[in-house]
Order: sequence, then C-alpha cells, then structure tokens
Amino acid sequence: MTNYADKDHASLAEKFNVDEPRVNWHDETLWWVRVKRDKASKSLPEWELLRETASQIKNNVLSNLSEYLIQFEEEATRNGITVHWAADAKEHNEIVHGLLQKHGITRMVKSKSMLTEECHLNEYLQQQGIEVIDTDLGERIVQMRKEPPSHIVLPAIHLKKQDVSDTFHEHLHTEKGNYDPQFLTHAARLHLREKFLTGKLALTGVNFAIAETGEFVVCTNEGNADMGAHLADIHIACMGIEKLLPQRKHLSVFLRLLARSATGQPITTYSSHFKKPRKGQEMHVVLVDNGRSIQLGRKDFRNSLKCIRCAACFNTCPVYRRSGGHSYHTAVAGPIGSILAPNIDMKQYADLPFASTLCGSCSNVCPVKIDIHDQLYKWRQVLMKEGYGSTVKKMGMKGMTFTLSHPGVYHFAGNAGRWVLRNASFIVNNKLNPWYKQRDMPSPPEESFGEWYKKNRK
Amino acid sequence: MIVALFVPCYVDQFYPQVAIASLELLEKAGVEVVYPPKQTCCGQPMANSGFEHLANSCNELFINNFSGFDYIVCPSGSCTLHIKEHLHADKQEEKAGEIRRRVYELTEFLTDVLKIEQLNAKFPHKVGMHQSCHGQRGLRLSQMSELNAPAFSKPGKLLKMVEGLELVELDRVDECCGFGGTFCVAEEAVSVKMGKDRVEDHIKHGAEYITGGDMSCLMHLEGILRRQNSKVKVKHIAEILNSQ
Repeated sequence: MTNYADKDHASLAEKFNVDEPRVNWHDETLWWVRVKRDKASKSLPEWELLRETASQIKNNVLSNLSEYLIQFEEEATRNGITVHWAADAKEHNEIVHGLLQKHGITRMVKSKSMLTEECHLNEYLQQQGIEVIDTDLGERIVQMRKEPPSHIVLPAIHLKKQDVSDTFHEHLHTEKGNYDPQFLTHAARLHLREKFLTGKLALTGVNFAIAETGEFVVCTNEGNADMGAHLADIHIACMGIEKLLPQRKHLSVFLRLLARSATGQPITTYSSHFKKPRKGQEMHVVLVDNGRSIQLGRKDFRNSLKCIRCAACFNTCPVYRRSGGHSYHTAVAGPIGSILAPNIDMKQYADLPFASTLCGSCSNVCPVKIDIHDQLYKWRQVLMKEGYGSTVKKMGMKGMTFTLSHPGVYHFAGNAGRWVLRNASFIVNNKLNPWYKQRDMPSPPEESFGEWYKKNRK
Repeated sequence: MIVALFVPCYVDQFYPQVAIASLELLEKAGVEVVYPPKQTCCGQPMANSGFEHLANSCNELFINNFSGFDYIVCPSGSCTLHIKEHLHADKQEEKAGEIRRRVYELTEFLTDVLKIEQLNAKFPHKVGMHQSCHGQRGLRLSQMSELNAPAFSKPGKLLKMVEGLELVELDRVDECCGFGGTFCVAEEAVSVKMGKDRVEDHIKHGAEYITGGDMSCLMHLEGILRRQNSKVKVKHIAEILNSQ
C-alpha cells in the first residue's frame, strides 16, 4: 500500500499538479459527472424538497440512533441474521477474520465497502494469510496496483485506460498496448467470474439498513455484490452505525437521491434487499462504530454522519478535481472526508480542513444537506485551538492580529509594504514568495484609499 | 440615511480606485457616506486560518468603527459575509449583532435597499462575470448552479444597466477561482491551477475584462493574467458601474 505518512494535502497536490494535462483530464472527467448530476437533479421538480426530507429523516436517525440500532438487531436476528457489534476498526477486522477462521476459509470476495477501507480490512486479512478479492471493477484495478481507491464511488478515476491496460497486462497477461475498454472489461469479467464461482465467503458493504424490518440494501451498478452474496455460503455485510433508516418507506427518498447525486443515473442498476439468509446460508451483519459515537457527540460536526457516500461533494469540489483523491491520504477523500477524518485523528488529518477554499459548492450538492463547508471552517478553529497548527503560523497570525487591531500600525505597515513593492520589489518577487511563483504581485498605488479620502473629502 | 463605507484592507492598500468608485456610486445615488478612518480589516484572514479565537481585538476595533450607522456597505462579498456570520465580541455582543444585521455587500445594497433601476454608466466592452463564492453562495447575490431553483443575479441585473456592456457566457458559471484567502499560498499549486482554468474560460469566450464583486478573486486572476502577458484585464464591478 502506498505510504502517505508525513505527507500533507498541499505537497501531495503539488505532486499531482506536475502533469497538467492529466490534471485537466481528471478535472474534466469529474466535472462531466457533476454536470450529469445537475441534469438529473433538475429533472425532478421536487429535488430540493427531497434533499430537505432526507436531511430531516437523518436528523431523526441521529437523535434516536441507539433505539434504532437495537430495533434493527432484534428484527435482523428474528430474520435469521447474526448481528455483531464492533467498537472500532480492530474489532471489526477481528470479527470478519474470526468468521473466516471458523469456517476454515482462506479466500474472500468483497464488493465495494468504504467502511472496510476505513478499517484497513484488506491489509489486516492479508497479514493473516487471507486472500481478498475486490470485485468492484475499479477496486480490483487499484487493488492490483496496490493503491487505495481515490474516490468512493469511482475508485480508479485517477487512472486512464492506458494505465488499466498496463495493469491488466501485468496481472492478467492481457495483450500489451490494447487500450480498448471493451477488451479490458471482458478480460476483467472472465477473471472475476472465476473468483465468484469459487468464492465461499462474500463480504459486502451496506448502503441502507432498515430498523423496522431488519433488512439491508446494497446498491451497485455492476451487480458484483449480488454475484458474490448469491454464490457464497456465508455473506458478511459490514456497516457504519449511521447507515440506518427508520422504515422501509424512507428508502424511496434515499434511493432517488443517491444515484442521481452520485452519477446522474435515476437509480443504481442494482438496489438489492437482503433480509434473511437463504436455506443453508449464513448471513452476518457487523455494526461498526469506529469513532462515530464521538462524532455524534460533537454538536458542530454530528451532521456529517448523515452522509450516504454519494461523492457528489467530490465531483463538485474544484480542489478535489485538481488534487486527486490520494492527496487526502485517507480512505474517504474530498470535502466529506475532510470533515470526517479529523474526528478519528486530529494530528494526522489537521491539514484536510485547510484543503478547501470554502467555496460552499459541496454543501449545496449534498443530498442530505450536510453543512460541509461550515464544518471545514469549524474544524479549522478546533484544530488550531487544540494546538495542531505550527508555531510559525500561530506567531504569524498573532502578528497579523496586532497589526490589524492597531490602525496606526496598519497604516504604517501598508505604506511600508507598498513602498517596498514599488521600490524594492525583489524583496517579494522571488522564489520564497509562493504567490509570486506563478502569479505577478499587484501594482502598488502611491496612496491608499484612506490617504485619498483624507485629501478629497471633508 | 447615513452609510458607513467599509473598505477591505487589501482594497485600501492596493486597489484604492475600487473604494473610490464605490464611494462615488453611493454618493451619486444620493446617499450620505462616511468612511470611518480607523478601520483596518474584518479579521477574516485570521478566522479562516483557524485563529478566530485570536481575533478579538480586531473584532472590537471593527465594532468601535462601525456602530451607530444606518447601514454598512462593503465592495466585497467575502468581507461582508465574514462580518455577517462571524462578528462577535464578548463585551459588545449587542452592538456586534446590530452590525451583522446592517452590513451589506455593495451590489445587494444597490439592488435591494436603494432599489436602483437605472445607472448612468457606459462600458462598451465584452465582460466576463466572475462570481465570488462568498458573495454568491454565502450572501446569495445570485442563484448557484448546484440548486434546482429559479435563476437570478443581483450583480447581473446591475451590469445589464450599463450601456454598451456585453456579458460573455462561460462554460462553468460559478466555479471557484482558487483564491481562498491563505489557501492561495498554503495550497499554491491547486490555487494557481484553479485560477488558470477560470481565466481560460473567460478568454475562450472572448472577454476583454473579467469583473466581479470581490477584488481578492480578481487580484489572484490578475496575477495569473499578467504572468501570461495577457491583454485581458480585471475590473471590480464598482468601477464598471461607475464608469462614464
């Protein structure tokens, strides 16, 4: 797995920007998805009402989470599903491993689950000698390349078909230099089909779980979750505790929002309901907290738990489109990842709330109306107050506050600054000034507005 | 009606012509305008960097400068939004609240309070409108492309009153330029790339000028245009609305 330790968003993004044509391609590809989302959302007159309704349903869920979890467990158990509770990533991974061990299984097929990425399940299981096969095509590609997904809906969106061709040539021995997407998908299909047919245990994610009925819903476009679950003797579904909905009827709101927000489709190709194991099959649900209860307790940030992982905020984010998912060095990248990650580790992810211009586009595409950009601003306050900023930055801010709190100092500094720019511009026009690297400095006027006003008014 | 003119610090220092144009526009509309001389900055640079808690003295100064006016008008969506959303002071919270309610961005003050229907302005050029995010999404100066809601634009309405001005269409009507306050230096690579892409969109559609309600966005775009030796210029909307 690529090691992003000690790297921050700005330096990883700078690296991503070395290849400008590729950045353009990445930006345009994701913008195209955003445009598709716009078209789909504007085809529904009730779109804004749907968003508001979804947001309110999730408010109810978050305010009554413990009751709904218990209700879900009771109903699911009644249906014949075994329910497990995991306080953190470690417990989650151990539960999955325990089930594999119990049945003596050493290979597992897995459909897309950002939760297992968050818990680093693949690495954990590999260390235990388990082979994990990601069956979502994008995830399989990045898995072969030993990379994490760069996007939660489109895991391999940072790759071009040429990259995929090279990867398949290396791992599946396909014809070198054949970039035909149809050829490549066919190769993937054959490769995965064999894995599905021999898979004894399938793990899936969960998009929604219904407290009322004890069922869960998995949405995919490739049908890989179904293929895995239907062929395997054991189906494990892993979900964050915030994925609950009170009643089945609420799905009608969320299923209409999810795919339109994610890709501009009216609905995912497969929206599969799993309620009880078929005869002879075992079905397990792992309910995972991993910091969610803590986030629920943070007044300013609890709304982030409404997220349904559609990635609309990724696709609209002008920073994400030009920095790539890996620059966020966390499982869930983009604007939503930047408000989720500091909850888990403030030190490691202190840079992420700053990887934004606070433009606010994210909050307005969000299908559950999470105030993402306001939370980015609030995380900045928390992180600096808790001391996760550099001393240099803090001193700089103190100096700036002093200057801006004293009109005399401000006027003196302004005059001095403009004088320097006019008469000794080399002091700022150099490599040490990040503004000047690719931009000219503004031309300083002889007098400030304040000085002009004194002469020309009153 | 007495209006206090709130001039962003970088406009005061680098773009005095924008503040002059704002002042003249308001005076022409028959408003009595006062410029509190001890004003400095709204405190946004500290707050957006996560140091809101250090900005108390700056907030106190702002309150002392701007209390007691009928309106406070500022030629910047971003600074106006910051005051509207974040101006607080332990000792003078009531006054802070008054200011938060009375502060207006220039174009919304012209359209919503003064209800300007015509301008005696002329600017015979092709102009691209850059929506600043804080003005647009923060203050709702115009409809954002993300929402399924009716279109409107307060700055657009004013620009249509300018004789000879031709607004150019853009591919991405409201994408961020990448300035973002300290983001422009802390995330230099992405900031510049975003700015280059914005500039390109305007140039591609034949803009001779890029205008907008926030000089900070325009300063960033100007820096890129100049580095490219482009003939395209930036001009704050106040200058265009005030041009003869």
